Amino acid sequence: MGNNKGIPIIKVEDISYKYSKDLVLEDVSLQVPQGAFLAIVGPNGSGKSTLLKLILGVLKIQKGEVELFGQPIRQFKDWQKIGFVSQKANSFNTGFPATVFEVVLSGLTKKIGLFKIPRKEHKKKVVKALESVGMLSFKDRNIGELSGGQQQRVFIARSLVSEPELMILDEPTVGVDQKNVQQFYEILDMMNKQLGITLILVTHDVATVTDKVTHVACINKTLHFHGDACEYNELNEEELSSIYGHGVQLLSHNH
Amino acid sequence: MISGILQYEFLQNAFLTGLIIGALAPLIGVFVVVRRMSMIADSLSHVALAGIAFSLLLEKNFIALAGLNPLYMGMTFSVVGSLFIEKLRNVYKHFKELAIPIILSSGIGLSAIFISLANGFNTDLYGYLFGSVSAVSRTDLQLIIIVAIFVVLTLVLLYKELFLLSFDEEHAKASGIPSKAIHFIFIVMVALVIAASMRIVGILLVSSLMTIPVAASLRFAKGFKQMIFYSVIFGEISVISGLFLSYYLDLAPGGTIVMLTVLILVLSILIGKIKTRFA
Repeated sequence: MGNNKGIPIIKVEDISYKYSKDLVLEDVSLQVPQGAFLAIVGPNGSGKSTLLKLILGVLKIQKGEVELFGQPIRQFKDWQKIGFVSQKANSFNTGFPATVFEVVLSGLTKKIGLFKIPRKEHKKKVVKALESVGMLSFKDRNIGELSGGQQQRVFIARSLVSEPELMILDEPTVGVDQKNVQQFYEILDMMNKQLGITLILVTHDVATVTDKVTHVACINKTLHFHGDACEYNELNEEELSSIYGHGVQLLSHNH
Repeated sequence: MISGILQYEFLQNAFLTGLIIGALAPLIGVFVVVRRMSMIADSLSHVALAGIAFSLLLEKNFIALAGLNPLYMGMTFSVVGSLFIEKLRNVYKHFKELAIPIILSSGIGLSAIFISLANGFNTDLYGYLFGSVSAVSRTDLQLIIIVAIFVVLTLVLLYKELFLLSFDEEHAKASGIPSKAIHFIFIVMVALVIAASMRIVGILLVSSLMTIPVAASLRFAKGFKQMIFYSVIFGEISVISGLFLSYYLDLAPGGTIVMLTVLILVLSILIGKIKTRFA
């Protein structure tokens, strides 16, 4: 990166998005500085998945602008810099015959390149990624045999293996039992602090916003709050209710 | 039969073709099954039938074309059919399986027309329907070897892309893999393998040689490479023992081979059940 220091990793400007007639996002602007751990929170149907798809280039921008690593998204080619983890624990075919190792190696597909066969160095990277999420001892196990939390760690490793600078996680703890959620966040914290990966965590559950995040953005069609995690904790219940409707429990963290 | 293989060219052709198909069909079948395209393979084989019937019709009406190997036309038809399936799957995004009955019945409809134009069923066509080992010619064998080399090479070179596309299509697309181009190459390979296999097991049974050994290995395999390995082994066991059995017991080779794959499947399900009971 070097000379790119100071340029936000993601810059979203005045984004609006419509599905046929329904406006799901309205004039949303957002910046993610390098090294941040941003939580995007909002209720179901708040447009956070749409925002994510716009950032990932899955949906075409209708109004506004998205810049990734200082480049307009239309010109952006460096998708390898971005890792993505979805709520896999719920949705993937658990009958698929693949070992943990094979799944993580598949994260290098683009990096190895078309028509090329993985070499030793690639396999070493897989071992390293599995080690950092604490799943190396499972490498020859079938992915479907693992628990939801373990599977999700494997999918983190699959993203980690390609050494991304930014990782986006879409409700990664859905289907992961509460006991393992904490451990999961510790892995995210390690990635953010030790590996210097910028993280974006999307969740509909305000309670999952941990003390590990540095920034919070609350979205419900429009952006209601975007800033420091400490300030977020000072939001009162009334303000959160205006985003979520009613009866939202507010977590407070002591920084 | 061993001495026969050494002595007669037609037995050599049959045996070598069998050996190749026994590995090739389950090999591509692994990808067909995990991509949930088993029925597509079946409909493509029916399109290949239309190609064969068309070729036999041409042969009958134009003496100049008498030397044309029907396999070429079978391959051409099934490749074209595979392209239509892809188109239809995009037209009916939410009802992708609709492409299967549409293409399958078009294939059979065309075949029926060509057969009637040729004034009826002939024995050649029967051989293509159920497989006819003794009719495998040297040029058939050569064509099948070329297809096998092409398919195996492509599978090796595109292995990791195909794996990712099968395991997690969304992720594959997000990471910028040319999914459409790879899918296109893949379905063309499926069409080629179907056309190559029908000499041995016949059009009606081709898809079973592609899918049943894979279904059996799904009961054991922990990983993808392991599944490929088991599938090829099961395919080879079925083809080799099927050829021997049919030779000595005077049975239809295609049917014998397919019933052996079914036997292996039943055994693997039973073994899996016993294993979990005593595990």
